[in-house]
Order: sequence, then structure tokens, then C-alpha cells
Amino acid sequence: MKETPLSNCERRFLLRAIEEKKRLDGRQTYDYRNIRISFGTDYGCCIVELGKTRVLGQVSCELVSPKLNRATEGILFFNLELSQMAAPAFEPGRQSDLLVKLNRLMERCLRNSKCIDTESLCVVAGEKVWQIRVDLHLLNHDGNIIDAASIAAIVALCHFRRPDVSVQGDEVTLYTPEERDPVPLSIHHMPICVSFAFFQQGTYLLVDPNEREERVMDGLLVIAMNKHREICTIQSSGSEMQ
Amino acid sequence: MAEPASVAAESLAGSRARAARTVLGQVVLPGEELLLPEQEDAEGPGGAVERPLSLNARACSRVRVVCGPGLRRCGDRLLVTKCGRLRHKEPGSGSGGGVYWVDSQQKRYVPVKGDHVIGIVTAKSGDIFKVDVGGSEPASLSYLSFEGATKRNRPNVGDLIYGQFVVANKDMEPEMVCIDSCGRANGMGVIGQDGLLFKVTLGLIRKLLAPDCEIIQEVGKLYPLEIVFGMNGRIWVKAKTIQQTLILANILEACEHMTSDQRKQIFSRLAES
Repeated sequence: MKETPLSNCERRFLLRAIEEKKRLDGRQTYDYRNIRISFGTDYGCCIVELGKTRVLGQVSCELVSPKLNRATEGILFFNLELSQMAAPAFEPGRQSDLLVKLNRLMERCLRNSKCIDTESLCVVAGEKVWQIRVDLHLLNHDGNIIDAASIAAIVALCHFRRPDVSVQGDEVTLYTPEERDPVPLSIHHMPICVSFAFFQQGTYLLVDPNEREERVMDGLLVIAMNKHREICTIQSSGSEMQ
Repeated sequence: MAEPASVAAESLAGSRARAARTVLGQVVLPGEELLLPEQEDAEGPGGAVERPLSLNARACSRVRVVCGPGLRRCGDRLLVTKCGRLRHKEPGSGSGGGVYWVDSQQKRYVPVKGDHVIGIVTAKSGDIFKVDVGGSEPASLSYLSFEGATKRNRPNVGDLIYGQFVVANKDMEPEMVCIDSCGRANGMGVIGQDGLLFKVTLGLIRKLLAPDCEIIQEVGKLYPLEIVFGMNGRIWVKAKTIQQTLILANILEACEHMTSDQRKQIFSRLAES
């Protein structure tokens, strides 16, 4: 289905409200919506609710052969999917632009920032490494998918436990959860994305735009930071700002 | 595992259709069958009952019952097609058995002939506009169906329109007009430029449009405002300042889940400030 068009009346009202520093749900410029994180029964499963935007994250692992040029490092794989129940506009074939942009941002934020220690995922150098796969599903779209997805990914990775493995000479023993407790992943830091939306060629700024505000924004700036005040990723998109 | 399922199936198959009168106000589920009042005596205790044929020339006492949304006629019973509460309305004058319908929660609108809705103009093609009304297809609106239609005063793409459906069935794309049968606008047409449009559930709109709704009267006492309700779940509201408009929009959205006491508290607090 095509998404509901934005009428001139709504656009004008939203821009005027932003000029008067008022948001539809009564937040201030720098206010975030309520974040709620709940965990599933499996290790590595979590649901993040940012206002009404909901993302489900699930982490799983598998023993595979490593990449040829990185024989001693594990593999991290991220996948974000926009489910059809998130918004009427999301159809199986039609979401490519937004999907590619979000996936690339997720990869840069989490893989290139080296938040997970991939060397610790190596079991037998050159033969067996752990492949950690993070699947994120968007369940409801009410704006700011990136922030919710980055929180879901890092929370799921922190919650996940992989099976314990011991290597003796040439023998590799993989223990089931009943035999030995599963082991958490080694995480250096937790990068989280924060989105800033710009309006009227950069004159006005809002943090955590919801779906209506995203429709009328001119530009978007996403900064991924961690607790140690390090910037992991920064991306700016949209029309030019003055 | 098989046992509880078979017991449940048996109880469903063996349950008799209930009388509509006894189920009023309760939740009914799709697939249930309801008996109309005059059939209750016939179905009486047990199954097949032998009734002597009455030989007097008394006219058959059949009342005309109207089957509303969520119900369908199935043989001589009513079949429930939506889940919700069963409601009944007595006939206003004289004959007829009244109306039965199912009150259900829904956000997705299905065009119905005669409904007044708020639409957004999406495209111009030929000499009709395509208007998005929230249904499965955009409705078509002719250039000429406005009062005093001229080349100058046509709506543009992106404008809000308040109109009425003249054709709305599941096989054809719906058609709407902004003019009533006498040729007058009667409040329909292009909605003004300012104001806020937001979406609520269909049940809330019906509640707000009921003749004796207190919410609208209380809201009217708060601030001077203009408000348009579309049966497709869209409400357009405009007050003097943006702050007042936002307050009104948030109150109307919250009204769905508040009791009347909570509502009165909020209104009195707002009236003071």
C-alpha cells in the first residue's frame, strides 16, 4: 500500500509548532520518549520500545570457517528487517532505500567501532570461529528507527551467552548449556545512536523525531557515541543546511 | 491433548443458539448464532417440539428487525461476524423490532455509502481528483461536485476535503462529492488551511458524534474552536493558538480510555489554568 500522504495543513501546522518550540506530544527539544527494554526467555532476545516504535532483537551463534584474510577473528553479521506490520508502506519489494541506509548505519556503528572483541570469538585459528548473527525486526514504526535498533542490537549482544568451548591439542569440545554454563561475549563498549532532526534549513533542531516530524524534516544527523565520550559513527543526510 | 479439544468441539456443536435478548451488552464472538425474540418460544426446551398447527386466522406476528454492522442474516437467525458487544436499539415509532448491531474496535476504515469523511487530495487526473480516505483505494471526486465550482476555486493536491460517499461498495472504487442532493455545500468542501489533523479509532468517532455526547459540550466550553469529524477516523481541529490546538488534540485522543470522572477532573484543571 502507498503510505498516507501528508496534507499541506499538517505540514504547515507541524512547522509552525516547531517554530514555537512545541511538539505534538508535549516534549521539549531535547527530550527522548520513554524507553522500555524487555527480555525474552532465550539469551539474546530483547524488545525495545521507544515510545511506540518497537524493535525486536535476537542474537544467535554458529561455528563456521573464518574468512581467508582474517583467520583469527570471528564474524559479526547484522541484519535489520522492516516487517510489514510496522507501517502500511512497508511492502516486501518496496523498502530498499531506507533498508539499505539503515543496515549500513548499523554495520558502521557496531562492527567498525569494534565494540565486540572478535579475537575472542576464535576457536581454532584458521579453521573454526564463532559467527555471531544479530537479527533486528522493526515491529512498529513511529519514527526514529535507528536509535531503537541500535539500542536493541547492543542490548541483545550484552544479554547473549554463547556455548562454552574448550580446545585440547587437536580436539575441540563444545559443551551444551546443561554441561557447562554458557559464556557471555566480550564487549568493549556500548555505542548508542542519537538522532537529530533539522527543520527549516537547519534553523530548528529536535532530538528523537517521531513519525510526523520525520516527514517534514529537512535533514537528519545521527551520532553514535559510547559512555567514554568517543564518537563511533556520525552520519548526516538530507538537504543542505545554512 | 486430543481430549480437551474434542470436549470443546462437542460443547460448541451442542450449544444452542442463544437468544439475542439475553446477550445484550455482552461480548459475542464471530460464528455465534443468535435467536430473535419470536423464535425463542419455538426452540423451547429440548429439540424437536411438536406443535399443533394453529387454525385460527391470526396474522403471523413477524416484526421487522434491522441487522446492523457485525451481524448477518443466516437462514432465520443472526450470525455474528465481528467480535464486540451486542447492542440493541428500540424502534422510534410504532412497528419494527429495532436494530441489533455489534460494537467493535477498529482503526481501519471501510467506505460506506452516505458517510461523511475527511480526505486528502493526492492527485489530479482527467477531470477528477483522487482523494485518500484511509480505505483500500483512493476515492474519486469530480471537479464539478463543489458548490459554486469554477476554475479558480479548485482544491490543490495536499488539501483536506470534507465530503460524502455516493458510491461505496467492495467491487468498485468509491466516489465522493462535496455537495448534497439539493446542490448545496452544507458544510462540505475544502477545509481551511490551518489546524491539526489526527487519527483516532472509529469507535471513538461514533461515540463523539452521538447526539448527547458530553465530551463535545465540555470541550466547547473550554476554548472557542472549529472541529470536523470524519467517519474514517480523522479529526481536524483548530483553535486560536497552537498550544490550545495541541491540548484539544491530546484530550480527544485520550478520551477513549478515560472514565467520565477522570475526564471531568482534567477539564476542570484545564479550565482553571
